[in-house]
Amino acid sequence: MDERADQSPLNSPPHAVAVEIISLHKWYGDFHVLRDINLKVLRGERIVICGPSGGGKSTLLRCVNRLEDWQRGRVIVDGIELTDDPKRIVTVRRDVGMVFQQFNLFPHLTVLENCTLAPIWARHMPKKDAEALAMHYLERVKIADQAGKYPSRLSGGQQQRVAIARALCMSPNIMLFDEPTSALDPEMVKEVLDTMVALAGDGITMLVVSHEMGFARQVADRVILMDDGQIVEINEPKKFFGDPQHERTRLFLQQILH
Amino acid sequence: MSAIADGSFVRGGAVKPLPPPVSRSGILRWLNDDLFSSPLNIALTLLCVLLMAWALPPVVRFFFIDAVWSGSDRTACLASPAEPNPGACWAFVRVWLSYFVYGFYPLSERWRVDCFFLALAIGLLWLLWLSAPRRDIGAVYFFVVLPLLSYLLLHGAPLIGLMVVPTTLWGGIFVTVVVATIGIVFSLPLGVLLALARRSDLPVLRLAAVTFIEVVRGVPLITVLFMASVMLPLFVPERLAPDQLVRALIGVALFAAAYMAEVVRGGLAGVPRGQYEAARALGLSYWRMMGLVVLPQALRITLPNIVNTCIGLFKDTTLVFVVAIFDFLRTVDAAREDPNWAAPNTTVTGYAFAALFYFACCYAMSLYARTVETRLARGGRR
Repeated sequence: MDERADQSPLNSPPHAVAVEIISLHKWYGDFHVLRDINLKVLRGERIVICGPSGGGKSTLLRCVNRLEDWQRGRVIVDGIELTDDPKRIVTVRRDVGMVFQQFNLFPHLTVLENCTLAPIWARHMPKKDAEALAMHYLERVKIADQAGKYPSRLSGGQQQRVAIARALCMSPNIMLFDEPTSALDPEMVKEVLDTMVALAGDGITMLVVSHEMGFARQVADRVILMDDGQIVEINEPKKFFGDPQHERTRLFLQQILH
Repeated sequence: MSAIADGSFVRGGAVKPLPPPVSRSGILRWLNDDLFSSPLNIALTLLCVLLMAWALPPVVRFFFIDAVWSGSDRTACLASPAEPNPGACWAFVRVWLSYFVYGFYPLSERWRVDCFFLALAIGLLWLLWLSAPRRDIGAVYFFVVLPLLSYLLLHGAPLIGLMVVPTTLWGGIFVTVVVATIGIVFSLPLGVLLALARRSDLPVLRLAAVTFIEVVRGVPLITVLFMASVMLPLFVPERLAPDQLVRALIGVALFAAAYMAEVVRGGLAGVPRGQYEAARALGLSYWRMMGLVVLPQALRITLPNIVNTCIGLFKDTTLVFVVAIFDFLRTVDAAREDPNWAAPNTTVTGYAFAALFYFACCYAMSLYARTVETRLARGGRR
């Protein structure tokens, strides 16, 4: 194992690098989906990635916990370089929470069981402690009263909040959000965004793929525009929205903000 | 609530919820909706009634009204001036019943088989009754305690005073139950492993699984049984080769596993990719992901097919007779050839009794599966 891996992320200095992506290339067959991506995310930074669909945003995000593998380049998460070594991959995944567009709650388990599954089986936490932890996070996302229900009984917004709580139960240092509000009915987008804003206040490192520009303006430290598998622009929200440097950013913002 | 001329209006106050309209009483509604709702439906209903009127009375007469219920040999069941058209010969079944159940198992030791039946019934009940207490202990009992106990009871252990009963004496319903239970219990986990191997990323594993499944599925069970019983001794010295019954058991289990693997594979394919990804993103290992997230869902999706395979396997156990094992059907067959009972109607009665037994078992499996399905549907799946 990498010697940097021994260093507990909690003890690392506040401005250590949370995610480092170096010259990352990925192909789907002949299609060059990620082209020379270079990105450093500092600990506690909140990054929103936007851009036209098919631009490689989700693929990039999914490389951070290696749900996707790549052909060239390096990805280092919390000082652990992701390789084919399954041990490293599992270590990184336990430290990186992910929220999906389609929620992906486990339909055969109750809300509470969804949240305790990974702490019990991947962190070997006693069931009682895991349940206490789960209830803590379910309360934080304001859904503790639904703990005994099955996910199918919940609305989309509630399901997504449970998914956030489920990820938080692993006490991750980094959270990935893959279009967390895209599959929601309009009246439920706000409750999920509010939850994410509250989370941003905790100083957790967040990488968010989203088209919610209001959210980006409110919480992002940097906003990234991705198009054609490349990072086109990285900027603070003020500059990104007020004075975009790149023609493609301007075009994209025009389309999305009407 | 006043309607205006053009039919549209703005509701003044809130409308109170009303009780639903009272539906017509049960039997009338049934007649109306299900039996006589359209000309085609009326025709079909009449056709079915005629069919039943034609087929049922002779069956009832043969099996019940004209049936012979007691007697000690064939004469009771033969045509006589008093009974020119004797029906089913239930006397034959009554006399031979213990042979149908135990085969040639020694009379003095048959209590051991009864104990086995009881132990198995407890295990099945504990495992299959979904709200039974401590089902985890039930599983240990069923998969660890029961096999050991059954072996000691049925085969015998001179150390604790149970004489050894060689499997050549085993027979009847008891052997059918042993073969079916072992076949089902082993084929399911084996099938799951094969299905996982077939979907594995490792080409060697995939190839091995595909080869096994396709070869076994492409060969009749009888062939597998013959290979296990006749060809094995060609490669292994006879005294090292396993018991005849054990060979058949292995053959049946492997055969069923190949079918089970394909059924489970279908279930695995039915679990959305997002479920795998969510489990992996939480840092669960491959086996935990499969065991805790994917398989519970896959097996639920595919439960009807699993039960279907189990029912098929249960009936396939009748084929073990080709390797000289006296399963239930074979005992019926042997009994009807007994000259003391040779009569035209004993054969029919014997087979009818066998059919009844197999139907009862298979229908019970089917009913159980349906109960579980409804329960799971209520449990709040998508």
